[in-house]
Amino acid sequence: MTQVDQELEVREGVDRETVETVQNMGSYKYGWETEIEMEYAPKGVNEDIVRLISEKNGEPEWMTEWRLQAFRRWQTMEEPRWAMLNYPAIDYQDQYYYAKPKSMAEKPKSLDEVDPKLLATYEKLGIPLKEQMILAGIEGAEGIAADARKVAVDAVFDSVSLGTTFKDELAKAGVIFCSISEAIKEHPELVKKYLGSVVPQTDNFFATLNSAVFSDGSFVYIPPGVRCPMELSTYFRINAENTGQFERTLIIADKGSYVSYLEGCTAPKRETHQLHAAVVEIVILEDAEVKYSTVQNWYPGDEEGRGGIYNFVTKRADCRGDRAKVMWTQVETGSAITWKYPSCILRGEGSQGEFYSIAIANNCQQADTGTKMIHLGKNTRSRIVSKGISAGRAQNTYRGLVTMHPKAKNSRNYTQCDSLLIGDQCGAHTVPYIEVKNNSSRVEHEATTSKVDDDQLFYCRARGMDEEEAVALVVNGFCREVLQALPMEFAMEAQSLVAISLEGSVG
Amino acid sequence: MAAPQAKASARLDALQTGPGFGAARADALARLRAMGLPDRRDEYWRYTDPATLNVQAAPAAPVFDASDEAPLFDALDRVKLVFVDGVFDPAASDDPALAGVEILRLADAPDISWANGLYGTLETAGQTPVARPFAALNTAAATDGILIRATARAAKPVHLIYIHESETSDPILHHLVKVEPGAELTLLETGPAGARFNKVLEVDVATGGRFHHVQVQGRDHQRRAVTHLFTRVAEEALFKSFTLTANGVLTRNECVIDIAGDDAVAHVAGAALGDGATGAFHHDDTVFITHGAERGESRQVFKKVLKHGAVGTFQGKILVKPGAQKTDGYQISQSLLLDDDSQFLAKPELEIYADDVKCSHGSTTGALDETALFYLRSRGVPQEEAVALLVLSFLADAIAEIEDEDIQAEIVARLEAWLSRHRG
Repeated sequence: MTQVDQELEVREGVDRETVETVQNMGSYKYGWETEIEMEYAPKGVNEDIVRLISEKNGEPEWMTEWRLQAFRRWQTMEEPRWAMLNYPAIDYQDQYYYAKPKSMAEKPKSLDEVDPKLLATYEKLGIPLKEQMILAGIEGAEGIAADARKVAVDAVFDSVSLGTTFKDELAKAGVIFCSISEAIKEHPELVKKYLGSVVPQTDNFFATLNSAVFSDGSFVYIPPGVRCPMELSTYFRINAENTGQFERTLIIADKGSYVSYLEGCTAPKRETHQLHAAVVEIVILEDAEVKYSTVQNWYPGDEEGRGGIYNFVTKRADCRGDRAKVMWTQVETGSAITWKYPSCILRGEGSQGEFYSIAIANNCQQADTGTKMIHLGKNTRSRIVSKGISAGRAQNTYRGLVTMHPKAKNSRNYTQCDSLLIGDQCGAHTVPYIEVKNNSSRVEHEATTSKVDDDQLFYCRARGMDEEEAVALVVNGFCREVLQALPMEFAMEAQSLVAISLEGSVG
Repeated sequence: MAAPQAKASARLDALQTGPGFGAARADALARLRAMGLPDRRDEYWRYTDPATLNVQAAPAAPVFDASDEAPLFDALDRVKLVFVDGVFDPAASDDPALAGVEILRLADAPDISWANGLYGTLETAGQTPVARPFAALNTAAATDGILIRATARAAKPVHLIYIHESETSDPILHHLVKVEPGAELTLLETGPAGARFNKVLEVDVATGGRFHHVQVQGRDHQRRAVTHLFTRVAEEALFKSFTLTANGVLTRNECVIDIAGDDAVAHVAGAALGDGATGAFHHDDTVFITHGAERGESRQVFKKVLKHGAVGTFQGKILVKPGAQKTDGYQISQSLLLDDDSQFLAKPELEIYADDVKCSHGSTTGALDETALFYLRSRGVPQEEAVALLVLSFLADAIAEIEDEDIQAEIVARLEAWLSRHRG
């Protein structure tokens, strides 16, 4: 243990005890359940359910219509099967589309009024819902100025948002950070203008389903020229059984603004699979910048592949203005099935998209994930760094698209996809699409597949590490480029997750 | 949507099986009817429109006058076998007597056990996991071809020469090559063959055998070609193939390689030159390499030089099966876009189920290196010569895959001649 700890301590300057706690976590630490009385909509999905969800959220007529349009469209669509994912057919009528804690029947005016059981849930997850200056999940990083470490949190529990912290302080800066259901009521002009403008209702099977039945999610608006005074984050928790979670996030960064946004998610251990189909839309105007970081740690199922979340997510950022910039960073360690391609539309001249990803699949997990970089404007730049790790009997696929349109003169893409295989029962796959339609742009793609280097392992073992620790260290080194792109809050968690996800994969 | 489907089925309905190999032909026809002809919605035809390959009659292609160049490989001592619009011409061909090599004609429908065992076998195996309808069509309907079996090291190469004389010729040729244990053969193919050429080459390389293949597709601007090369490479055997394509409105070259024995080696390379100013150019390299044995080595090197709206596509896949440990798979696909109108569309794939392997792929696309160009210009090299020099150096890695130096030199001369004809 000691060697690993030493490394981490030096790297992050974090309290030793914290490191040990994190290191000693069980294989899935968030698998417990909150016992709380829930209110469900009837099982299945139809127009009445869509209306009911809209009504529960107290939505105006136009929003209900928007959902119904999406639902009607969804009924004509087929579930895509092109990904390298193998799972039994999903019965969309055999699950709940709306689940809300009974104590949330009356929306609490502030977090102080929220059911203590729910607050305790987030406390147990290490998510501070009090307005305290402590990092999510990390204790006592005293070395850093308090102000820099404030994180505003929107906590989403099954189908509803419990509340959002630091609202007042953010409002002073003009930043709107609230649940999407609230935004539909309070800021309809912004929602009307931007909702569905990046991921249209008709986009794909899962996004269309989400458009019809999304229950909650986060809304962010950063006004022109404002650098968001703290990091924003949303924490998604699935708790109810047989319930799908469909959240919708909309982030708008107006001219010259900046925001860093974090997303985390967990779910209890269950024997049955649960569906999660989210949509994230980001609009970035001139000179604005958005950093979006995800640590996806949904329950991955057990060693035999029983249970686990089916995670079908559509995430897209539209760099609408010149010199707009977006950076996606994701650490994907959870879910039984991952189907996720955070994308960048580089429309504005000189806009920039980056995608950093670590996808870890162990046991029976299957991940098919990657990105799309769509270069439409001149002088646009993109960079893709993807690290896929497969262990156990897992399958891990990088699937991506880089396209340079004829008008995207002088643009540039660099892609690097590396795969690491641990054990001879797993698979690692790379499926990139590269489309270049002008000659002043330069596109480079590199991919490698290898196993954990024997020399490196031997070196670590010779220094007294046991094999699992040694593999964790080598894997952390393999992921380094991506880990470094994460905000400090997540880097620690991600690093330890890498070790935990691979537990039991050696020997 | 209905129209192309109807056209495609018209072609299938009219299809007649060729001479000999009755069971294999009937099987191929049944398979073809079950899979149908492809259309643009097929993932495997994402970047290449098969419409003109599907229609019943070949779109006309004027015969191209290539007399400004001496015929390729004339200086080499080889066995020439000539096909005119897909029909073997014994009068124009050499006597096919070559020590250690048996050469037969498909149209004679020879009933020989090695050929019966090979015809359509590798093609059938190559239909999974991806359907290749034009190969099945070929196995069913091929009218002619050459069947070669090498039992020793062949003293000289066998050269298939294709001549295009009729504007509407639609030849379907199917060749077999069987390289017995320890034997070695070099096969050369040159020429445009017809207005629309469908060719299948099945190559079975037995333990320790060596097979070299160099193909130069015709300079005709309007010709279309869909070719498939299926090979199975046994233990310690070697397979090497190089293709040069210059011009052609549509070319799809598929190469399906099965590394079936331990320590086998397979290299496949291609250089394509397209200038849209002298006719549309669409070139597609589709490669599928399966590693099913240990310590296999595969190498793919594909380079394209494109200008004036030329389109190049590359779909290459390395599949490493469980247990194919110590595999070394390498793939590079690169395009040089000489102007702003050309396009390169690529899908380089890896699918890997073994952990102790070294596999990589790379793909780059862009314009000529301005710095290198400036350097040459500043040394007094005229612009066009400097461009030609840089293009040749770009193609060098692909050409280096040809082992025979004399053949290599002829290929380089062809490239230089093409570049000097297509300046500016």
